[in-house]
Amino acid sequence: MKLVPRNLFFVVTLVAALFAAGCSRQSGEHLVLTGSSTIAPLATVLAERFEAAHPGVKVDVQAGGSARGVADVRQGLANIGMVSRALKADEGDLVADTIAQDGIAMIVHRDNPVAALTREQIIAIYTGKLRDWKAVGGTDAPITVVNKAEGRSTLELFLSHLKLEAPAIRADVVIGDNQQGIKTVAGNPQAIGYVSIGTAEYEAGRGTPVRLLPLDGVEPSTATVAAGRFPLSRPLNLVHRGELSGIARDFVAFARSPQVNDLVTGQYFVPPAVR
Amino acid sequence: MSPASISFRRPSADRLLYRALAVSAGAVAAILALILVYLTAASASLLFADAGLWRLDWHPSLGAYGLLAMLVGSLTVSALALLFAVPPGLVLAIWGRFFAPPWLGGLYRGAMGLLASIPSVVYGFWGLVTLVPWLNRWAPPGASLLAAALVLALMILPILVLQADLALDEARRRHLPAAMALGASVSGTVRRVLLPTAAPELLPAVLLQLGRALGETMAVLMVAGNVVQLPATITSPIRTLTANIALEMAYASGAHQTALFASGWLLLVLVTLIMLGARAMAGRFGAGPAGEGRGDAR
Repeated sequence: MKLVPRNLFFVVTLVAALFAAGCSRQSGEHLVLTGSSTIAPLATVLAERFEAAHPGVKVDVQAGGSARGVADVRQGLANIGMVSRALKADEGDLVADTIAQDGIAMIVHRDNPVAALTREQIIAIYTGKLRDWKAVGGTDAPITVVNKAEGRSTLELFLSHLKLEAPAIRADVVIGDNQQGIKTVAGNPQAIGYVSIGTAEYEAGRGTPVRLLPLDGVEPSTATVAAGRFPLSRPLNLVHRGELSGIARDFVAFARSPQVNDLVTGQYFVPPAVR
Repeated sequence: MSPASISFRRPSADRLLYRALAVSAGAVAAILALILVYLTAASASLLFADAGLWRLDWHPSLGAYGLLAMLVGSLTVSALALLFAVPPGLVLAIWGRFFAPPWLGGLYRGAMGLLASIPSVVYGFWGLVTLVPWLNRWAPPGASLLAAALVLALMILPILVLQADLALDEARRRHLPAAMALGASVSGTVRRVLLPTAAPELLPAVLLQLGRALGETMAVLMVAGNVVQLPATITSPIRTLTANIALEMAYASGAHQTALFASGWLLLVLVTLIMLGARAMAGRFGAGPAGEGRGDAR
């Protein structure tokens, strides 16, 4: 199960933050990243590899939400902000560099005859108004709604995309990580769920009996997510203000380089198409 | 050194040993106390305020931190697991010790030891890929109170059998020859003499497993469905306090995190109360007429 690494990243982030806080008065260059808790685990592993390649450099990663990332960069509290969405119109003073795309795919069992669902059907299913597959052209069987636990970025993205509030969801199964979601849907022909698109594509490709549903007519794949065409996706950005200093510029370039693609996919994100 | 010098050590050596043991025991007790203090402090801002911890709705994004449904979930699933595991556990222990051929009984106990050493996550994984899809065929969604109770029962069964076996073996060593000499049957002796004699040992064994069932996280998380609600039927999904912590801790901050600490606090207090109750109950049980000839461990 992937829960342990997730927890580990939490601990690593904490330790890194404490350690960096303790070391901040030392000589040597110091870089502070704050913002989205979705990006923080990725930024932490990026920072580890960056520090290994640049002795004497300390990278301090603190999670606190995209809003904090924007605010900290504006106030000069952080060199780089982590923002897990596209910049808004009133954030024109900032520059965003996309280091990864976060996309989620709706998945059903491979034997489920339903080929596609509209946005309204998905909302009806997840709010409990639609309880049977027959109503959407499937077999006469109750729908098992698989939802994510609170706090997960996939849940957040799913809810914001469908404009739903968490209490409106009527779930039958609540899962933690992506693997559990895959296993739950693979073991239940009536289930519908959503997981990170990288995981879903990988599992479907190696023969796990799950199928990814197209959304608004767009094929669900890491390719369409990377191209920014898949609707249920969002960019993961590093934002900054004005010119970046030497080491911060190096870090952003490093985070966008192909040599960290393994770290990006390791966090179930999609590396951007153009590097 | 002659053997005699081992049995007649200098008193200072005894005193040293005593101190070392006292320090070890004290450290363990202090760690437990510190955990309780830490959890209380970490969850104090919700625990001692009117923050709705004892309500049913858990929606951290909206600031609703009701733990009641999960408390009920934890208690129900553990009680059900005991209900599933204790009767077969006793029967298996009795069979293995008194009715099976000795070689088969020995083999059986070995297998139980092996089963007991399987990590709980393996049981959970088996539940997720085998038991839940199977239950789903007649009671969708499959992931439910029942699935979690079955997996837990399977997990606690081996140690339950082994502990019951030890208790019964002790009783057998003391009473079986006398009962045989009086011409009693094996089944009658087991029922009327050995089980009542072993009861004060069996009860703590059962309650120890109750504590284990309450504390189990991964296996339950994988099969219980984790929907925060009071179970309407045995096939309804539920969420336990432990699963709640594991599911959400990595992504929680602020009051949400405090509420998760409160989940942990509640669990610790619950298990402590159950263990205290168990001791009191075992003490009373042991003092009754059935307690004659019980072990001197307590």
